[in-house]
Amino acid sequence: MSSQHPEQKAEQAADRLPAQPAPKPQEQPIVRRGMFGAKTTGDTSGYGRLVVRQAPKVASPRPYGGPDVTGEPGEFDEIADTLERSLSGFDDAVERVVVDRGELTFHVRRERLPDVARRLRDEPDLRFELCTGVSGVHYPQDTGAELHAVYHLLSITHNRRVRLEVACPDADPHIPSVVSVYPTADWHERETYDFFGIVFDGHPALTRIEMPDDWVGHPQRKDYPLGGIPVEYRGAETPPPDQRRSYT
Amino acid sequence: MSPSTKYTEYDAYAAADEEAAEGRVFDVNGQDWDQVVSGAEDLGDERLVINMGPQHPSTHGVLRLILTLDGETVTEARVGIGYLHTGIEKNMEFRTWTQGTTFCTRMDYLSPIFNETAYCLGVEKLLGITDQVPERAQIIRVMMMELNRISSHLVAIATFGLELGATTVMLNGFIEREYTLDLFEEICGLRMNMAYVRPGGVAQDLPSGALSKLRDYLDRMPKRIQALRKLMDHNPVYLARTKDIAYLDLTGCIALGVTGPVLRATGLPWDLRKSQPYCGYETYDFDVITEDTCDVYGRYLVRVREMEESLKIVEQCVERLQTVKGPVMIEDKKIGWPAQLAIGADGMGNSPRHIAHIMGTSMEALIHHFKLVTEGFRVPAGQAYAAVEAPRGELGVHVVSDGGTRPYRVHFRDPSFTNLQAVPAMCEGGMVADVIAAVASLDPVMGGVDR
Repeated sequence: MSSQHPEQKAEQAADRLPAQPAPKPQEQPIVRRGMFGAKTTGDTSGYGRLVVRQAPKVASPRPYGGPDVTGEPGEFDEIADTLERSLSGFDDAVERVVVDRGELTFHVRRERLPDVARRLRDEPDLRFELCTGVSGVHYPQDTGAELHAVYHLLSITHNRRVRLEVACPDADPHIPSVVSVYPTADWHERETYDFFGIVFDGHPALTRIEMPDDWVGHPQRKDYPLGGIPVEYRGAETPPPDQRRSYT
Repeated sequence: MSPSTKYTEYDAYAAADEEAAEGRVFDVNGQDWDQVVSGAEDLGDERLVINMGPQHPSTHGVLRLILTLDGETVTEARVGIGYLHTGIEKNMEFRTWTQGTTFCTRMDYLSPIFNETAYCLGVEKLLGITDQVPERAQIIRVMMMELNRISSHLVAIATFGLELGATTVMLNGFIEREYTLDLFEEICGLRMNMAYVRPGGVAQDLPSGALSKLRDYLDRMPKRIQALRKLMDHNPVYLARTKDIAYLDLTGCIALGVTGPVLRATGLPWDLRKSQPYCGYETYDFDVITEDTCDVYGRYLVRVREMEESLKIVEQCVERLQTVKGPVMIEDKKIGWPAQLAIGADGMGNSPRHIAHIMGTSMEALIHHFKLVTEGFRVPAGQAYAAVEAPRGELGVHVVSDGGTRPYRVHFRDPSFTNLQAVPAMCEGGMVADVIAAVASLDPVMGGVDR
């Protein structure tokens, strides 16, 4: 890919081609084989040899640009620069910065999340005063970082958005709560706890919010099936979808 | 070992015999209030914890309020939700990207078009096709959203009137909403849960005659809104129940994440249609309505004046639709499905022309149709956040794709869910009767709260 010829090198630099080629998808762990969940009978779908690999973890190089992709330094660089100035140990707190589809994502180490959130809220040049929710995502294949909590922040002052992504392992599903910084995260963190089992340390009352209080399991996780759960209604029984009908 | 594997061994009735943690429990079944009062007197406790809901007619849908009362004063208000949780987000992970609209339209059932549009904007952002959505489709989306805003605000005002005891307001509001729903029926065949907006455009073009129906609506509606305002704006009973009630200022709104009319009633002109335009809102002429009273009456005024602004936008849409012709679905045949729909006697379905084409003349078209319908299209891996200004505030959608034909995760930031957190801040220290007004001014829709 990269050439040693100085002229070509200059051209590549102008094109902003990555110096290192992106990691090949072959190196990524396999997420799924086949299609439609068919495993038992012969391959009638034609998708039996399909191999889906996990998307690689990428990090965007500088300049980050802005919502409109121009290749020039933009407002995302301003946000990152301001955060870097005001936050001691920026490189330690922010593992990766990803700019994708006109959106800026900071992958934050979980220990530093309240710190980063407070800076983002209070710094006059950042002023992300509104947290528009917490969303969980479960990546069972991402060993050591199975559970992700995704925070979307909005700055009304500067009319910008930024995303924080925090990961924690399934074996130790703890993330510090940001309720002290953004009170609105209260219910959103309860929802994420309810559906994914992420424990937000420091939350004032981390209880289930959508599911009944005595529910077992966290329904939005990928290892939780759709349907087939015993329901709390006397005499009612719903078998799992694959066992519902039998014509024997 | 994660606890989620144990759900099959779980005995749902094991904890049924447990007693209440604290205090004496009274079951009220009607005509037994004397027993409750005498029982409470015996306890010598002035404090009374009562459940308002989930089946109370004054709570929108199945909202449960747990109120601690000292006489008529609310000292503590807690909100219990989850009674309408249907697992829409989980279900969407098991269907194709296109089928997702059919699920998410059922979340906030009073503003289905907004749910669909937010979701489709998210999917389009993931696909990188935001610029390729045809102009006519964008105009139709804007028009449908604004009509939907009117119908949603009408229900908000109508049910609010009902909860305060004014049946006339309720009837008038619902009559006008009915006319709006008739338009939806005319345009896409369904009055609610339309699944009309799809990734890449809208399901089908306007039927002939829709524009004249829209013009009739535009002629009629301003007068009707004026009549509603005449009934409400200076009504002394209404003013007494709404002025200076459920005060929540800008600081409180931002801290609690409250958006929409409640935020605009604090004087901040924050409207995503203006500040972060989508679907071409920057080309329409309309004002962001604000009030600075921070109370229930201000929120009502914002809603009712927003309906007037929405009518202005619909008018501009109708004008543009006369001149802007063309497709209403993206040109890319690998994404644009379903784009060949027609309304038949039994509702919406594939158009006879399309069926004749795939069944009679082109085998490739049949294969393509089959693949698109059964398998769907692939969306490149990544995540995106898209937000629209729904009637109740910012409706955000966080869509994650792993590169497959089905969403890996879809999360909706429903404004009703977030706004309900403000109930304790609005109600504590006030009277029980004002709780009704406070909750109604937030206009929560439980389908959206619980999803």
